[in-house]
Amino acid sequence: MSFLKLEGLSAQVGALPILRDVSLQVEVGEVRALVGESGAGKSMIGKAILGTLPEAIRITGGSIHLDGENLLAMAARERRHLIGAKAALIPQDPLTALNPARRVGPQITNRLVDILGWRRKQAQARVIELLDEVHIPAPERVMRAYPHELSGGMRQRILIASAFAAQPRLIVADEPTTALDVTVQKQILRLIRDMQQRHGTALLFVTHDLGVVSKLCQSMTVLYGGKVLEDTTVDEFFQSPAHVYSAALLAATPKYTDPDGSLMSVPEAVTRSVEAEIAAHDHRRPG
Amino acid sequence: MTLIRTFLKRLVSMLITLIGVAVIVFFVIRIVPGNPIAMMLPPGAGEEDIARLKALYGFDKTLPEQFLIWGKGILAGDFGTSITTRQPVMSLVLGRLPATLELSIMALVMAVALGGALALAGTRQRGGKTEAVIDVTNGISLSVPDFLWGLLFILLFGVLWPVFHISGRVSPALDLPFVTNFYLFESLLRLRFDIWLDLVSHMFMPALALAIPLAAIIAQLLKQSLKETMHLDYVTLARTKGYSETHVILREALPNAILPTLTLVGVQFTFLIGGTVIIERLFSYEGLGNMAIDAVINRDLPLIQGIVILFAVIFTSVNLLVDLTYALLNPRLRHG
Amino acid sequence: MADGRAAAKRQINSRLWLSGSWLLLLVIAALAAPLLAPQDPLAQDLFASRLPPLWQAGADPAYPLGSDSLGRDVLSRTLYGARIALVVALIAGSCTCILGAGLGLVAGYYRGWADLLISRFIEIWMAFPPVLFAILLIAVMGTGLTSIIVAIVVIDWTRFARVIRAEAMSQSAMDYVASAKVAGRKRFGIMVVEILPNVLPTIVVLLTLEMGIAVIVEAILSFVNLSISTDDPTWGSMIAEGRASIHQSWWVLVFPLITLFLTVLSFSQLGEGLKDHFDPVLR
Repeated sequence: MSFLKLEGLSAQVGALPILRDVSLQVEVGEVRALVGESGAGKSMIGKAILGTLPEAIRITGGSIHLDGENLLAMAARERRHLIGAKAALIPQDPLTALNPARRVGPQITNRLVDILGWRRKQAQARVIELLDEVHIPAPERVMRAYPHELSGGMRQRILIASAFAAQPRLIVADEPTTALDVTVQKQILRLIRDMQQRHGTALLFVTHDLGVVSKLCQSMTVLYGGKVLEDTTVDEFFQSPAHVYSAALLAATPKYTDPDGSLMSVPEAVTRSVEAEIAAHDHRRPG
Repeated sequence: MTLIRTFLKRLVSMLITLIGVAVIVFFVIRIVPGNPIAMMLPPGAGEEDIARLKALYGFDKTLPEQFLIWGKGILAGDFGTSITTRQPVMSLVLGRLPATLELSIMALVMAVALGGALALAGTRQRGGKTEAVIDVTNGISLSVPDFLWGLLFILLFGVLWPVFHISGRVSPALDLPFVTNFYLFESLLRLRFDIWLDLVSHMFMPALALAIPLAAIIAQLLKQSLKETMHLDYVTLARTKGYSETHVILREALPNAILPTLTLVGVQFTFLIGGTVIIERLFSYEGLGNMAIDAVINRDLPLIQGIVILFAVIFTSVNLLVDLTYALLNPRLRHG
Repeated sequence: MADGRAAAKRQINSRLWLSGSWLLLLVIAALAAPLLAPQDPLAQDLFASRLPPLWQAGADPAYPLGSDSLGRDVLSRTLYGARIALVVALIAGSCTCILGAGLGLVAGYYRGWADLLISRFIEIWMAFPPVLFAILLIAVMGTGLTSIIVAIVVIDWTRFARVIRAEAMSQSAMDYVASAKVAGRKRFGIMVVEILPNVLPTIVVLLTLEMGIAVIVEAILSFVNLSISTDDPTWGSMIAEGRASIHQSWWVLVFPLITLFLTVLSFSQLGEGLKDHFDPVLR
C-alpha cells in the first residue's frame, strides 16, 4: 500500500481552480518528482499535503491519505501531530526558512522534544549526529549560531538535517536548490539523494528542472494548470513521453543531464492545445 | 564597538537636549507678569521685606546670572527651594515621583497586555469577523485621547456603577507603614494585600485611561507585523513540524515581529508619561503632574523648573533605553 | 482581492460620511447658536440651579438638558461651546500647520544647518510634557482665546515638522526633483512647485487630525481653569464644573462630554479616512 495517496484532490481560490482532480501516489521509500512550469500547482500539492495552504485557498474535494489515514477528515490537532511525526519539508529558500531571531540548534531539536517527546539530551545528540551526516563541520558550534552567521549552502544542509531529524517516512522537497548557486546545487542534490537512500525515506520532489529529475527520481507526475497530465516512471518519460506536453517539455530542456541548462519554454501551440484539452475534459464532467 | 559609540553619541545628544529644555523653561517662566514674591507676603508688607525676600530667592540678580546660579545648583544636585512650601525642590519632586512612576508603569503593563492580547487574537482569527471587530475597536481607541477616556470612566465606573475610586491615590483612613513612596511596590513586599488592593482600586481607572490609546497602537502595529511574518518560510516550516497555530505565532512569529513595535512603544511611552499630568489632575492623584499644575497656578518658579527638568530627564532616558534594548534584542546588530 | 478592495473603500467612505456629517452639524449649531439656544449661555438663575434634563422628574422645559449649579442652561452652553471649539480648531490648526509644515519642508529639503537647528528644536520639544508646557504658556501669557491658540501652535508644531521633514527628504531624492534642477529651477522654486504639492495630502491629513487635538487641548486648558475665562461657555469648563458636581448633577458632565467625544472622534476619523483615501494602493 502506498504511503501517500491523493485522490481527486481539488482546490480553489475564490472561483478560480488551483488544483483539478489531482491523484497521485508515493510508495514507501519511493522518490517521485512533481514536475511542471511555474503556476502548474506543483507547490500547492506539497502545501496541501503538509497542511500549509494559504488561507485564501479552499480544498473543494478529494482526499489525502498519509500512512492510511485521511488527513482531510481529521481534527486539526491530530492532523498536525500526524504530519509532524511522519512527514517533513525541505523548503525552497534556505535564507528565509530559519528563524532569524533564534539559534539554529533549538530550531532543530525543539520539534523532537515538543512533538515527539524525546529528552533534550537525546535530541541534541541525534541532531549533532545528523549535522555530521550532512557534512557540517563543528556541529556543536553551528548549533549555537544564529542563521545570519551561516552561508546559504550551510543553511540548506541544516534544513535537510532538520527534515530527517524526526525520522519521517515522507519528505516533501519544494524546489530545494533553486535559491542556491550552481556549484552548491550539485552538492545539495547529492546530499539529499544520499540521505534518502540511507534512511529509506519516501521523497516527493517538487521541481521544474528535468535534469534534476533524471538524476534523482524513479517516477514522476507531470502537471499543467493544476491538472495531472502524465504519471509515469522517469525512464519511460525520457524515452517516450506519452503526452504531447511532456514531449514539448522535454524538447525545451536543452540538455537534460545538465542541471543549469533547464530554462523552459514550451511552444505556445502546445500549451494552447493542452488548455483546450483540459477545458474539454472539464465540460464532460458534471458541475 | 559601534554599539558603544552610538550610545555615547546618543548620550551627548541627550545632554544638549536637556540643556535646551532648561534654557527654554527658565526664560519662558520669567516673562510671567505676576510677581511671585508679592504672593508670598501678607498685604501691607514694606519695600524692605520684598527686597529681602527677592534677595533670598535670587530674584534681584539679572536673568543670565540667575540662570548660571540655577545651573550650578542643578549640577550639585540642588534644584532650589520651592516658594510656596519653602522646602527643597529636590525632595518635593522625589517625594512625588514614585506615585507617577507607579501609575505610568501600571498603565504601560496594561497597554502591553491589552494590545498584545488583541494583536494575537487578531492574528489567530485573521480574515474573520473577530479581526474586523478588533480593527474597529482599535480605530476608536486610537482616536480618543486619555483625557476623554478618563472622564468616561469616571462617569461609568465612578458614578453609574461605582466599583473603583475616582480620586486620590490611597484611602486616607488607611494607616501606611511604608518607608518609601513606592506604595504599590512596597505593599507587595510587606505582604499588605489590603493596602495593595486599595491602591490598585484607586489606580485602575487613571491607568486604564492612559493605557487605552497606547494599547490600540500596539495592537494595530503588532498585528500588522505578525501578519506579515506569518507568511514567511520559517513560519510555514514550523507548521509542518506539528506545532499549533498559537505556538507558531508566539514562538516563531512574535520574536521577529516585535522589534518595530518595541521602538514605537518607547516613543509612545513618553507620550503616556506626559499624559499623566492631566490624568492625575482629573483623578486627584497625588503625583508629579498634579503638583506641577499647582506649581504653575501658584507661580512657584523653582518647583516648575524642577518638575519640567525631571520630566525631560525621564523622556530622554526612556528613549535611550529603548534604543539600547532594540540593539540588544536584535541578533543581527548584537553580532554586527 | 477585488472584493476586499471594494469593502475597504466602502468602509473608508462610510467613515468619511459619518464624521463629515457630525462636523457639519456642529458648524451649523455653532453658527445658529443664538437662534437655537433656549437661554442666554451666561445667564445665572439660582432658583433654577441643578435642574435635571427633560425626561427626568422635576425638569423644567426651558432647560431641555438641565442646568448647572449656577442655573445656567446646559444645552445653550454646549451650543455656544461649539463656537469656541471650532474657532480654536480652525485657527490653531491652520497656524500650527503653516509653522510646522513650513519648518519641516525647509529642514527636509534644504538639509544642512537649517535641518540641524530645526531637528534639534524638535528633539528639545519632544522632551517637554506637552500638557504641562501648554499650561505653563497660558500662565505666562494670561488667559484668553489668543493665548490658547498661541499655546497650541507652540506645543504642537513638531507634529507637522517631524512628518513633513521626513516626507520632504524622501521626495527630494526622487528623479523629478533632479530633472527640475537640471532644468535650471531655483531651489526655493523647486520646494514650492515640485515638493509641496507632493506632500500636500499628508499635510491635509495632519491638519484634520490637528484640529481634533486643538479641541482637546482647549478643553484640557479650560478644565484646568486656564482657558478663556471661567464664565465663557467652553466644553472644558463645563466638564470641569460637571466633574466637581458629578454626584449631584451628572448631566452637566455628560452632554458636553459626549459632544466633545464625538467631535474629537470625527476629526480623527476624517483624518484617517482621508489618509486611506489618498493612499494610492487603495485608490
